Amino acid sequence: MTELYVLLGLMIAGAIIAIEVKNLLSAVVAVGIVGLGLSIIFLLLKAPDVALTQIVVEIAAVILLIRATLHREIAQKSCGTRPFGAIMGILFLGLAVIAALVTFSSGLSPFGEPLMTVSEFYPLNAIAGTGATNVVSSIILDYRAYDTLGEATVLFTAVIGVLTVMRSVGKKKEEDLQENNE
Amino acid sequence: MDAYMPYVLCMILFCIGIYAILAKRNIIKIILGVVIAEYAVNLFLVLAAYKVGGRSPIFSETQIILPESMVDPLPHALVLTSIVIGLATTAFLIALAIRLYGKYGTFDITRMRELRG
Repeated sequence: MTELYVLLGLMIAGAIIAIEVKNLLSAVVAVGIVGLGLSIIFLLLKAPDVALTQIVVEIAAVILLIRATLHREIAQKSCGTRPFGAIMGILFLGLAVIAALVTFSSGLSPFGEPLMTVSEFYPLNAIAGTGATNVVSSIILDYRAYDTLGEATVLFTAVIGVLTVMRSVGKKKEEDLQENNE
Repeated sequence: MDAYMPYVLCMILFCIGIYAILAKRNIIKIILGVVIAEYAVNLFLVLAAYKVGGRSPIFSETQIILPESMVDPLPHALVLTSIVIGLATTAFLIALAIRLYGKYGTFDITRMRELRG
């Protein structure tokens, strides 16, 4: 799995560049590197559905982020760190290392040997139960369809939120403006 | 320790994202930190599903594929949901950032606090 390590190293390098570079547009492009590397890793890990979704979502996210950063030259000047936040960040890193050591030493199954106790059911019964040859789509569209319904609900709630936040002129104010013009 | 190496690298990626959220002053950098941490969590779940020598969880009509040789399909389905919800929350965060820029003329969160009056 050398290619996995190479891609993970690329992702970490891209993430550090994205966090530390001064120009915001370069930072957004570096996050694009992280996301596309992630989609290739999904392919290597035999998850083609997830890789396709990741590519589409990554491109949409980068377009949205570029929309936020374009034409805002002033933003480049305020890239510093908060001292208190940096101390908290380093404390958190220490905490995360301790938590990881505890997890690794107490029964997380090693890489490449998943616990299949629950999900063994799905590959064994997918064709007989749902008729779908793709086990992942049989899970998201049949066994756990309510999960997908909840996902769609969250998505539309977010769209309504974005439209509400981005609406520049309220309805009442617009009417007032029209009255003033008349 | 070698068996956990991908998990360790994944955790480093998550820590970079958390550091950006906690330490950066620019709101776009904070959003990028949220995105990176989210990628790291999705990656961890798919890494945990991988089986050495396993194949994609897709059956074929022309060749016989044993269900035992497949990687774990359940984390894939849940990560699929998580990725789409991540895009929705990212879009909402960006909308809030654009509105804040329109109100204060800056992405710096410490200056926003000063301007509040």
